Amino acid sequence: MSRTLISQAQLRRGRGRFLYWAVLAVVVAGFTLVFLGPLYWMVTGALKSGQEIAQTPPTLWPRDPQTQNYVDAWNNLDLAKLMFNTFYYAAGAVFFQLVFDTAAAYALSKLRPAFGNVILAAMLATLMIPAMVLIVPQYVTAIDLPIIHVNLLDSPWAIWLPLIANAFNIFLLKRFFDSIPEDLIAAAQVDGASPLRTLWSIILPMSRPILGVVSIFAVTAVWKDFLWPKLVMPSPETRTLSVGIYAFSGGTPQNVVIAASVIAAIPTVIIFLLFQRNIMSGLTTGSLKG
Amino acid sequence: MTAPGVTTQTVPAPAKPSGKAARRIKDNLTGHAFLIGAVVCFALFMWYPMIRGIVMSFQRTRRGETTWVGWDNYTRIVADPSFWIAWKNTFLFTILALVVGYVLPFFVAILLNEFRHAKGYLRILVYLPVMLPPASALFLFKYYAYDPSEAGLFNAILKFLHLPTSEWMQSPTMTIPAMVIASTWMNLGSAVLIYLASLQNIPGELYEAAELDGAGIWRRIWSVTIPQTRLILALLAMLQIVATMQLFIEPLILANGAGTQDSATSVAYLIYQHGFFQNDLNGAAALGVIMLIVLAAFSAVYVRLTTKQD
Repeated sequence: MSRTLISQAQLRRGRGRFLYWAVLAVVVAGFTLVFLGPLYWMVTGALKSGQEIAQTPPTLWPRDPQTQNYVDAWNNLDLAKLMFNTFYYAAGAVFFQLVFDTAAAYALSKLRPAFGNVILAAMLATLMIPAMVLIVPQYVTAIDLPIIHVNLLDSPWAIWLPLIANAFNIFLLKRFFDSIPEDLIAAAQVDGASPLRTLWSIILPMSRPILGVVSIFAVTAVWKDFLWPKLVMPSPETRTLSVGIYAFSGGTPQNVVIAASVIAAIPTVIIFLLFQRNIMSGLTTGSLKG
Repeated sequence: MTAPGVTTQTVPAPAKPSGKAARRIKDNLTGHAFLIGAVVCFALFMWYPMIRGIVMSFQRTRRGETTWVGWDNYTRIVADPSFWIAWKNTFLFTILALVVGYVLPFFVAILLNEFRHAKGYLRILVYLPVMLPPASALFLFKYYAYDPSEAGLFNAILKFLHLPTSEWMQSPTMTIPAMVIASTWMNLGSAVLIYLASLQNIPGELYEAAELDGAGIWRRIWSVTIPQTRLILALLAMLQIVATMQLFIEPLILANGAGTQDSATSVAYLIYQHGFFQNDLNGAAALGVIMLIVLAAFSAVYVRLTTKQD
């Protein structure tokens, strides 16, 4: 452990030691209240009856837990269907991002065709464009693709294709591939391996951590996205969880909407708890550009 | 990229240029074959829409017929009274979110970096809200936290502390602060983790030296921590402003769009309204271009200011 703002020695001595433990206790308690408290309130609130939730002062624990709200949410909002849709879009997003973004990053890092740098710069430039600025022309493009004139509305491709155009992923992957020694690739070429073979048998097995990060980001991106799926998946059969809950929120009791929100949040929370190390490392390597 | 290697090889051996050239073309083709999928998607959903957005903003489509209308869309959009309200709200939200959501995570990160215990737990806690679908988190705020009666979570806490309760989203003056609280709660975690990573790169000797010179804690933060993390601080300020200027889902869910007396209308919400409810995709495109110009101008000024200090 290297030294930080306050020296170790100072924290071990009498007053410093007391202060350290006091501040730690306050922070642990405070953070638990601030970040976990609302989630507790959400999960237990959805167990309360409509009367109990409107009562002052609010009860800390539901007096008569009503699992009915969760059952209603599941049945009335057809959450099984919404959940399936979201999983399906997320799985496709992972697959297509891994295939196309990995291939592109490999080409830019190792094959380096002519104009590769220009293409990379044009891709990275899109990171500077705010998403809201593109939403209208993207929508117009999606309902009538240039040249082939296909309408992507209600088709999963409307979610998958734009997600492939992810400069951040390509940048992350390229940076990782750049760190793989050229000698390994040269050796494979001497053995007569084709570029595809080199990618498959040498690069990809070495890149598992970064592929994991990209996959997790793809799943959470689909799970958290709202406006784009709302626009391109207009019919009730193709909606995602977030959009479906929003669409039903008007005519549904509040507690049922909250119950549905809890159910919708469970998958990402589980993914986070399982893969938090990968997520945090991906987040920090991506932002610290050298 | 391939140029240096290629020239040194072709100059001494001009006898067989066709073989080399053929090989070079083949290598390039393979490279582009790997790129093509991503390039097509970028072209369709990034590069082409960027140009199309600008073109659309000077056109008008009525009953399937598209005509050039010059600056008409822009004058119409700017003449709309909600245009100025939306910009006022968006700027206010951006500034408030910057004050709270930018400074707070920095100090949270400094604090977390000092702890030798419960590090993993605190980190998970801070990042947990980031993983929730925004719609889920916002319904929690809308129905439970910002319930204007005394049964609402925030009002119950305020009452418990003997402070005046608030109408939250039903009060025009509280709408934006309420959106800032919700948005900060949802997004704080990613900034904290990025700061934490950069704090860990600060060499310990710098603190050591500062302490020997008699610098207290605040002085050490001011003259060691901040200069050492300057790049990340500058980058995150930029990203935060670009993200908060696109304020959309908070007004949509918390305030049902415009909010009490238009107190929540944001520029992004106006784009959505024009494009998808008022059948005015061209006006929405013009608004998008205005937003792009404002952000680009802002970035240019910002880059100038931050690089000048060096």
